Amino acid sequence: MADDSFLLPGTDEYSTDFWAGFADDKLLLQTCSSCGSARYPTRPMCPDCRSLDYHWQEASGRATIWSFVVAHPPVLPAYAEFAPYNVVVVELEDFPGIRMVGNLVAAADAPINSVDPHGISIGEPVEIVFSPVSEDLTFPRWRRSSP
Amino acid sequence: MGSALRDKAAIVGVGQTEFAKQLPGTEIELALRAITMALDDAGIPVTDVDGLASYTMEDTEEVDIARNLGTGPITWFGQVGYGGGAGCGVVGNAAMAVASGQCDVAVAWRSRKRGGRASRPWAGVGSKVYGYQQWTRPFGLLRPVDEIAMLARRYMHEYGMTREQLACVALTQRRFANNNPGAMMHEKALTLDDYLAARWISEPLCLFDNCLESDGAGAVVICSTDRAKDLDRQPVLVHAFAQSIPPQLQTMTNYFCDDPLRGPSWECAERLWRNADLGPEDVDVAQIYDAFSPLVPLSLEGYRFCGRGEGKDFISDGSIGPGGSLPVNTSGAGMSEAYVHGFNLIVEGVRQLRDESPNQVDNARTCLVTSGEGVPTSALLLRR
Ligand SMILES: [Zn+2]
Repeated sequence: MADDSFLLPGTDEYSTDFWAGFADDKLLLQTCSSCGSARYPTRPMCPDCRSLDYHWQEASGRATIWSFVVAHPPVLPAYAEFAPYNVVVVELEDFPGIRMVGNLVAAADAPINSVDPHGISIGEPVEIVFSPVSEDLTFPRWRRSSP
Repeated sequence: MGSALRDKAAIVGVGQTEFAKQLPGTEIELALRAITMALDDAGIPVTDVDGLASYTMEDTEEVDIARNLGTGPITWFGQVGYGGGAGCGVVGNAAMAVASGQCDVAVAWRSRKRGGRASRPWAGVGSKVYGYQQWTRPFGLLRPVDEIAMLARRYMHEYGMTREQLACVALTQRRFANNNPGAMMHEKALTLDDYLAARWISEPLCLFDNCLESDGAGAVVICSTDRAKDLDRQPVLVHAFAQSIPPQLQTMTNYFCDDPLRGPSWECAERLWRNADLGPEDVDVAQIYDAFSPLVPLSLEGYRFCGRGEGKDFISDGSIGPGGSLPVNTSGAGMSEAYVHGFNLIVEGVRQLRDESPNQVDNARTCLVTSGEGVPTSALLLRR
């Protein structure tokens, strides 16, 4: 039942490879083949040089927490069973200025409410983990960096 | 130099239905009632209407409005997108159409029922989310309130805004609404204790940081300032108008640009003040779009009423309240009067400049009205 599953990304021509990378434990960034600048969210044209040519480069997956919220009901049914849960924005360490939305979790296979939301702080170092949500889709999530 | 639009068009009539969680009648009935009220208010016959301006999210279509009203030929019509960012753009575009001679009398309106198809766009999602939502919604950032809460938390982190400071937006507007018989929250007091005890929706935002859910409609009539001089009502001039999509903006989830806390208001203000003879210091009263309370301090900074990071002080030092240096949202606005995508803020701006507000600011000559921060936005600088 659609109502009981997380919302899934309706990928497009420019985001399919990004989402597919997670199944291979890779965070892939769309990168301009003309000027070399990385961009996110994905799109057809490089806003720095107007090139339509791009390739994918792997990022380290190290990041810091830029902001976060703790979502409480009412939310969609699939999320309600985990509420309150956190949603974070992280900024990539090796690509400053590139930020992504995700969840802070205790481990790759842990649920989105597995970390005490009141212990989260902006600036905390985190690293990507890869969390399969269905046979053909893996979500990126984030856990606190090991010291 | 300002733009060719300056003071060339005027708002000469306003109409507004009652507001409630649930109203009888269809969206088009509400729209038609508000529009005919606005035309009666202006003293302009419906057969003179030849311009129609609306939101892309508006469910009532121009052809149906025209056929029901029994207008003559419509020679200009246009829509503006992005929900809460559109309101001032709708009226501003109508003013441009009048000032440039594309039409003589334009009507702008917004009608909204919670049961309506497009009234709560976030609620109608399927199991897959497309476009910009694919980057955020799968992770449980589901609602507009979650999207703005993310910016609010960052703002609190960078500038030290407290919940007690943020609460001043809800508390101040509620006091205004308690004095506005047309406000949904007219009878309901709100205290700081109520605010602090309220349930969370998306931390750091609680129930009272959110706008109301409302049925209702509003409309305004715009004609040339020359024609307005022959009407009985005090004309309210569109002194300046601006819109903005700043570089790398992403609607609502504006986390991906260089400086997310410098939202669309900043560039909109840049153009607005450039087009105006007046500056922020000349504004007597403001209606600042308030779907969520953090948008108020963010917008006050963007429109240069205070410095960056000082919005938290501006909202909490009495400036925005009765008798303050810039009373803000004097009808109660989206959080305490009604939420109709900010259209009631435009109506209240006109009321202030006609000395008809329930919370009248003495000798108000200039009113800023803004539309949604965090989305492609717009603003009107009105004067009498
Ligand atoms: Zn490039």
